[in-house]
Amino acid sequence: MKQTDLLRRLLHYVRSYGLLLAGALGFALLQVAMTLSAPVLIGQAVDAMVAAGQVDFMQVGQILFRLVLIFILAAVFQWLMTLCTNACCYRTVRDLRVQCFRQFHALPLATLDGTQQGDFMNTLVNDIDVISDGLLQGFTQLFTGVITIVGTLGFMLSIHPMITLAVVLITPLSLGVASLIASRSSRLFKQQARIKGELSGFAQERIGGQSLVAAYNQQAASEAAFDEINERLNHVGTRVQFISSLTNPCTRFVNNLAYAAVGIIGALTALEGGMSVGQLTSFLSYASQYTKPFNEISGVVTELQASLSSCERVFRLLDLPQEKDQADRGRLQSCRGELKLEHVAFRYHDSKPLIEDFNLTVKPGQKIAIVGPTGCGKTTLINLLMRFYEIRSGSIWLDDWDIRTLSRSELRRNFGMVLQDSWIFCGTIRENIAYGNPDAPLEAVEEAARKAHLDYFIRQLPQGYDTLLDETVSLSQGQKQLLCIARVLVSDPKILILDEATSSIDTRTELLVQSAFDQMMKDRTSFVVAHRLSTIEQADQILVMNQGQIVEQGTHRELLNYNGFYAQLYNSQFAGE
Amino acid sequence: MKTIVSYFRYFKKELVFGPLFKLAEAIFELLVPLVMAQIIDIGMAQKDWTYILQRGGVIVIFAVVGIVCSATCQYYAARCSQGMGTVLRKSVYHKINQLSSQQVSQFSSSSLITRLTNDVNQVQQAVAMLIRLAIRAPFLVIGSLTMAMMIDRQLALVFLAAILVIAMVLGVLMTCSSYFFKAVQRQLDRVSQISQENLEGQRVIRAFSRQQLETERFDQAAQASYKASMRVGWISGLFNPATQIVINLGIVVLLYCGSFQINSGVLSPGSLIALVNYMTQMFLALVVLANLFVIFTKAAASAGRIEAVLKTEAQIVGGTSVCTPTEDPLLEMEEVSFGYNEGESAVEGISFTIHTGQTIGLIGGTGCGKSTIVQLLPRLINPTSGIIRFCGKPLQVYSLADLRKQIRIVPQKAVLFSGTIRENLRWGNETAGDEQLWQALELAQAKTFVEAMEQGLDTMLVQGGKNCSGGQRQRLCIARALVGHPQLLVLDDSTSALDYQTDARLRSALKTLSPAQAVLIVSQRIASIRHADCILVMDQGRLVGQGMHEELLETCKFYQEIVRSQTREDQR
Repeated sequence: MKQTDLLRRLLHYVRSYGLLLAGALGFALLQVAMTLSAPVLIGQAVDAMVAAGQVDFMQVGQILFRLVLIFILAAVFQWLMTLCTNACCYRTVRDLRVQCFRQFHALPLATLDGTQQGDFMNTLVNDIDVISDGLLQGFTQLFTGVITIVGTLGFMLSIHPMITLAVVLITPLSLGVASLIASRSSRLFKQQARIKGELSGFAQERIGGQSLVAAYNQQAASEAAFDEINERLNHVGTRVQFISSLTNPCTRFVNNLAYAAVGIIGALTALEGGMSVGQLTSFLSYASQYTKPFNEISGVVTELQASLSSCERVFRLLDLPQEKDQADRGRLQSCRGELKLEHVAFRYHDSKPLIEDFNLTVKPGQKIAIVGPTGCGKTTLINLLMRFYEIRSGSIWLDDWDIRTLSRSELRRNFGMVLQDSWIFCGTIRENIAYGNPDAPLEAVEEAARKAHLDYFIRQLPQGYDTLLDETVSLSQGQKQLLCIARVLVSDPKILILDEATSSIDTRTELLVQSAFDQMMKDRTSFVVAHRLSTIEQADQILVMNQGQIVEQGTHRELLNYNGFYAQLYNSQFAGE
Repeated sequence: MKTIVSYFRYFKKELVFGPLFKLAEAIFELLVPLVMAQIIDIGMAQKDWTYILQRGGVIVIFAVVGIVCSATCQYYAARCSQGMGTVLRKSVYHKINQLSSQQVSQFSSSSLITRLTNDVNQVQQAVAMLIRLAIRAPFLVIGSLTMAMMIDRQLALVFLAAILVIAMVLGVLMTCSSYFFKAVQRQLDRVSQISQENLEGQRVIRAFSRQQLETERFDQAAQASYKASMRVGWISGLFNPATQIVINLGIVVLLYCGSFQINSGVLSPGSLIALVNYMTQMFLALVVLANLFVIFTKAAASAGRIEAVLKTEAQIVGGTSVCTPTEDPLLEMEEVSFGYNEGESAVEGISFTIHTGQTIGLIGGTGCGKSTIVQLLPRLINPTSGIIRFCGKPLQVYSLADLRKQIRIVPQKAVLFSGTIRENLRWGNETAGDEQLWQALELAQAKTFVEAMEQGLDTMLVQGGKNCSGGQRQRLCIARALVGHPQLLVLDDSTSALDYQTDARLRSALKTLSPAQAVLIVSQRIASIRHADCILVMDQGRLVGQGMHEELLETCKFYQEIVRSQTREDQR
C-alpha cells in the first residue's frame, strides 16, 4: 500500500469524528494566535519603561491586563485542543480495535492457524496504539508547528523583514543536520534491531529449555554465548544511541546561532534607529519560538513513518479475506445424527494432496474411533466435519443436508466437542459450564457438573459455582478438562467429538468420566480420537490415520485380520513383545 | 531499586563526566541572556558597534562550547545507559541459569524473557534520559534562579514563587493522573485478555457459535478502555496549560514589579528582558521534566521486576565432591516428598533403590508425579523432605556439574537447540570425538538417519530442532545423553514417538551398556517396562507397587488395571 492510500484510509475512520478534529485544529489555531501575540505586548511593555523616571504606568497597566487575558485564553484553548484530539484519537482506537476483533471471528480458521497469535495480538494492542500516538497526536503537533512557523514568520516580517531573512536562512540548517544524522543512524538502527532479535531468540530458546541447560551443565557455555551477543549489542547500541542523540544538541546549536544573529543584527539596526529595544525583545522571542517547531517536526516525521508501518499492518489484517457463510439456508428441525462423506478431498496446501476420495457413512448412534500415532493429523477430520476448514471437492451430508447449505452455526449446533487443550475463559465457573447454552438454569449446570464428577470440587470452593476463574484460582489440567466435558453435557448435542478428551485425567477419574461418556454416547453419534483400547474395540468403525491421511478403515477385527498399519500400531501400543 | 542502583558503580566515570558536561552546557546556556542584556544596556545605550559585535561573538562562542559539552555528555550517557543495560542483561541471564526449574516455572519462562529484554530496555532508556535530560532540568531551574538573584534580589522572589506553585500543581496532577493511569492499564489488560482468550479458544467459540456474544464482551471492554483513557486525558491534558499559565503570570508579575524598579532606576530594561528570558528557560526545563515522569514510572516498574529476579536466591547449591563408584547402591531414595506449592505435594513418601547394571521401570498415568521424580535425580529441584543418596552419599555433597554428568536425563519433550547435530550431541560431553558421537547415535538407533543426511554430523538444526521428525528428535536426545557415558540414564517417557520396532531395538541396545551403568525408564506403556528388573508403579504422587511384572500382576491392583486397559483380550 502506498503511504497516501494508507493516510486516506485512516482519514476515513477519523472522518466520523470530523467535528472533533475540526475543533482540535480550530483551538490549535486560536492557541497559537494567543501565544504569538504575547511577545508583541511584552515588547510594547518594555518600550513603555525606557529608563528611570520615564515609565508610563498607565500604558504598562493596560498592556499587562491584556497580557493576562491572552495567557489565560491560550491555556484554555490548549486544554480544549488536547481534549478534542484525545477524543478523536481514542474513539478511532476503539473503532479500530473493535473492527480488528470482529475480523478475528470473520476469518477462516485456516488463516488464524497459519498466523502467529502473537502477531495478531501485537496488531490489536500495540500497532493501534502507535497509530494513535504517532499519526493522530503527531498530526495535531504538526499542524500546531506549521501555524507557529507561519505565524512567527508573519510577526517577524511585520517587525523587520531584513532580520527575518537572516533567521529564515539559518534555521533550515537544523533540518539538514537532523536528516543527515537520521540517515547515518538508520543503518545502525537496523543492525541493532537484528542483534536484539538474535539476543531474544537465543534467550527464548535457552530459557525455554532452562532445565535441560542445567541438566547438561551448559550454563557457563550458554552464558558465554549470551555475553558475546550482549557485547555486540552494547557496541552497536552505544554508537547508535550516541549518533542519534546528537540531533538535539545540533539543532539547538543552530538555534543559538540564529539567536546570536538576531541579537547582533537587531542591536545594530536599533542603533540606526530601525527598531526599538522592545521590538528587539519581541523579535528575540519570536526567533526562538520560530525555530522550536522545526525540532519537533523532525521528531514527528520519524514517528509518522513508524506509525505508517503499523497502519499498514492493521489494514492488512482487516483486508484478509473473510469466511463466507450462507445465512440460514436450511434449518434442521430435529437432527438424527447421520453423517455421510462422499468422495471428500482436502488439502492444507494446494501442492500437497492429503485426503483424496474419502468415503464414510455413519449411522445415527454409531461410534467412530480415530487412531494413529501422535501428530498424524487426527484433528483434520474434525476440522472438516465442523466446517472449520472447507473441503476441496466431494460432499459431506448431515442427515439429508449438504453441510455447505447450512449456516455454520446451524451445523455446529448439533456437534459437541471436547478438545485436548481445554479452553477456560475469565468468567465464573457457571458461565464457563453454561458456555454453549447461556440460558441454562443452575440445575442443568449442576447436573452436568455432577455427571462430569466436578460438582463436589466446585462445592468446596468458597463461592461455589460463582467462583471467578482468573489467575488466582488454579484448576488442575484434569479439572479443566472435566469442566469442558460438563460444558458439552449442558449443550446436549446430537453428535459428539472427543479429541483425546481424557488425556490429562488420572486413571481413576478417567474410569469415572469414561462411564459418563459411555452414558452420553448411547444414542448419539460420536467421533472419538482415542488411546484407550476398550473404546477402540467397541467402535463401530475405526479410521486409521498416518501422516495426515486415512490409511485404513474398518472394524477392529477386520483391521487386525488385514494385518497392516493398524495391526502394527495396535501391537506396539497394547501388546507385549 | 537498591540492587539496580548499585550497578551504577561500574559507571562512575560516565556518571561524573556526563552530568558535569551537561552542567557546563547549562551554564553557557544561562549566560546567553546575560550577554544579551549587556548588548542592550551597554552596547545600544553607548551606541558601541564593536562592543555589540564582540558580545555577539561571545554568544557564538558559547554556542560552540555548548554543543561540544552536550555532545560529550551524550557520549557518556550512551556509554552509561547501554553499558548498564548490558550488565543488567548479563546478571539477569546469569541468575536465571542458577534458578531451579521450580523457580523458573514460578516466574514462567516467558515472563523471564520479557524481563531480560523489554524491562532491561526500559531501564536502559530511563538511565539515558536521566543523564541527558533529567539532570539538565534541575540545573536550569536552579541556574535561572541564581541568575535572577544576581540581577535583582526582589524580583527573584517571583521565580521562587513560580517554582513552588508549579511544583504543587505538578504534584497534584501527577498523583491524580497516576491513579487514573492505573485504571487505563487495567482496562487495556482486559482488552488484551479477551483478545488472547478469543484467539486461543477460536475452535470452541465457533463450535458453540458464540462469536456474537464474544464480540459484545469485547465491545464493552473497548468502550471501558476508551472511557478510562478519556478520563485520564482530562487531567493529563492540564499539565502543559497549567505550568504555562503559572510561568506566564510570573512574567506579568515580573514586568509589573520591574516597571517600578526601572522607574526608580534600580533596574535596567536589558536586565528585565534577561529575567523574562530566564523565566521562559525555566519553564521549558520543567516541561521536559514533567514529560519524563511517564518514562520514569514505567522504568521503576520494570526495575522492580528485574530486581525480583536478581534477588531470588538460588535454591540449589552444589557441593564439592566428585562421584566415585562404591559398593553402595547406585541410587537410593528414602521417604522423599516434594510439593511445588506449600501444602500440596506432587510426590509423597517415595522410597526405592537402583543398583548398577539394573534396568528399572517407572509407570503411572499422566500427572502422577513421574516427571517430578526424574527432576529430583539430577537436583533440578530439591526434595521438600526425605533423602536421596547417590553412590552412598547424599546428593548435596556432589558438585552439580559432576552429579549431572553422572545422572543424565532425557526429557519428555525432545528439545534440541539451534546449531549442528555435533554441537548438540557434545552437550553430553564437550570433549567427545566423532567416533564417540557415532557410537552413541548407533546405540540410540539414530545412526542410519544421520548418515543419510547430506551433511551428517554437520547438519544444522533450526530452533527446537523442528527440521527433524518427532521420532528423530527423541533419538538424538537419547544419543546426546549417552555421549557422556552416565552412570544412570533416565528416559522420561522419551520414546513415545518411536514406532514399535525401533522402540524394541532401542531397549535391547540399552541392555548392552556397561554393567557399571543403570537405566531408569519412565513410561505410560506397559510394553516399554514389562521386562525391567524392577517396576515402580505410581498413582497420584505415591508409590503403589514395586516388583517384577509377574509379581505386580499378582499383588498390585492398580498395575492390573493399567495392564487390563493396555492388553488385548486373548493375551490376558
